[in-house]
Amino acid sequence: MRYLPLTPEDRAQMLAKIGVSHIDELFRDVPKEALLDKPVNLPPHATEMQVEADFRAFAARNLAAGDAPFFIGGGAYRHHVPATVDYMIQRGEFLTAYTPYQPEISQGTLQALFEFQTQVAQIFGMDVANASMYDGSTAAAEAVLMARRITRRKKAIISGSLHPQYIDVINCTTAFTEDVTVINPVAVDGVEDLIGQIDDETSCVVVQNPDFFGNLQDFSQLAEAVHEKKALLIVVVTEVVSLGAIKSPGEMGADIVVGEGQSLGVGLNFGGPYVGLFATKQQYVRQMPGRLCGVTKDADGKRGFVLTLSTREQHIRREKATSNICTNAGLCTLAFSIHMTLLGEAGFRKLAKINHAKAAILANRLAALDGVEVLNKTFFNEFTVKLPRQAAPVVEELVERGVLGGLPVSRLYPDDKALENLLLVAVTETCSDEDLDTLVHELKEVLK
Amino acid sequence: MTTYYTDEHEWIRVDGEIGTVGITDYAQEALGDIVFVELPEVGATHKKGDEAAVVESVKAASEIYAPVDGEVTEVNDALEGEPALVNSSAEADGWFYKVKITNTADLEGLMDADAYKKFVEGLN
Repeated sequence: MRYLPLTPEDRAQMLAKIGVSHIDELFRDVPKEALLDKPVNLPPHATEMQVEADFRAFAARNLAAGDAPFFIGGGAYRHHVPATVDYMIQRGEFLTAYTPYQPEISQGTLQALFEFQTQVAQIFGMDVANASMYDGSTAAAEAVLMARRITRRKKAIISGSLHPQYIDVINCTTAFTEDVTVINPVAVDGVEDLIGQIDDETSCVVVQNPDFFGNLQDFSQLAEAVHEKKALLIVVVTEVVSLGAIKSPGEMGADIVVGEGQSLGVGLNFGGPYVGLFATKQQYVRQMPGRLCGVTKDADGKRGFVLTLSTREQHIRREKATSNICTNAGLCTLAFSIHMTLLGEAGFRKLAKINHAKAAILANRLAALDGVEVLNKTFFNEFTVKLPRQAAPVVEELVERGVLGGLPVSRLYPDDKALENLLLVAVTETCSDEDLDTLVHELKEVLK
Repeated sequence: MTTYYTDEHEWIRVDGEIGTVGITDYAQEALGDIVFVELPEVGATHKKGDEAAVVESVKAASEIYAPVDGEVTEVNDALEGEPALVNSSAEADGWFYKVKITNTADLEGLMDADAYKKFVEGLN
């Protein structure tokens, strides 16, 4: 696309056409005192070399995830992304992630999306998955909206051990819909009476596994209770690698499963872009948001891939679309899919095992430190530790010692005094034995 | 029994206080292969003009509007497994739902078969 700047004549013509004599008139609705009447106060122009040097100096003040023993999780996990992933996603065939409306020229992208959907449906234990959502939290919000469309009820019951940022996104989205959210009090141990809250108004119950504090649960009983009231069970997964080791949400009876797919292929990326996963049962496929890719046969009987059920979507039925979540994380789905393909089922299971084994070792070693308590009865690769003092300053002191020791829970619950000593510790395959030694040693020093 | 037609291409066949609602042959022809019909819930009440159902073809998804005020008494479950019934038999086996008509005056503004035929000819 060429960039053609407007000439003064162009501007004059446009202003004349809409009957305005000067461009300032377009801003006449803005109160005078709100208008800026002098130049913006910016530093004078610097050379490119100077700017680069400044930014290098700023960057050097960071302690980056890859430069230190790293134990931070809380919904985004540092995993090793094989070099093959980056090489593959940069191939020209994949360089546009734009929605492939024309199947005749987009078979490569469509096939990749179809395989992504298949992988997501398999790990979640569900019938059908879409491709894809922005990220885990927006996928969770979409799941709540979908449950209302299906049940024609409005009340969503949200677990107190769901990731607090997911709760925020659900609240933000449902502020503009008819949904009503009932947020449970924080449940550090994952124990809460959700079953007792389900009534005839309930559209869905939203839970997370492993939950925000790392606890693992089997939601089979909850699923039964939810279904008895003709409501839906939504299970959120923020660490998909866990599914290589634990029972899938589908096996527990979930109706909608959403997740964050960042752990596979995507990397931490400074917090985004990530990739939202979304899967459901076949019977609900028409109420599912987002794009679906299907496999079919062409006129010659050859296998081909196409977008399907598009009449639910906003490019055909704008105001009646199942959702107006209107873009996708195409390149991240591709990265996820390539990473998953490289692992295969055996590799995926092995990766999960390594994560859990390392986490178990660290949990035992931390629990042996004076004044340190591991709160979880169960966990996958992340657990909650109670320190003898506030966790946030401890983490700062660990940073001074070159260790990124975990996520202070107070970071996400700044006003809850009862949580200020809690530290979330995540351990993945990227943590070496030396890294574990370093954390245990430095934490011991800091707590002295 | 009398059948009435709307300018949105729904028909309603009235038998006493019960009306059977569907879309016209003209409508199914215009929509093309129908792949899904989202039916209302039994017991739902509609005002005339409310969105009562959605019909989805390979080309588009369209709303079906209630031709009269009333309460849904029955839906055509056969459409769930075989939406193509709407194509093959739009004005008989492909009916959508039955409604208990609460306000018979609603029928007065609708077209009879002849008027609808002329209306459709005017569209072509």
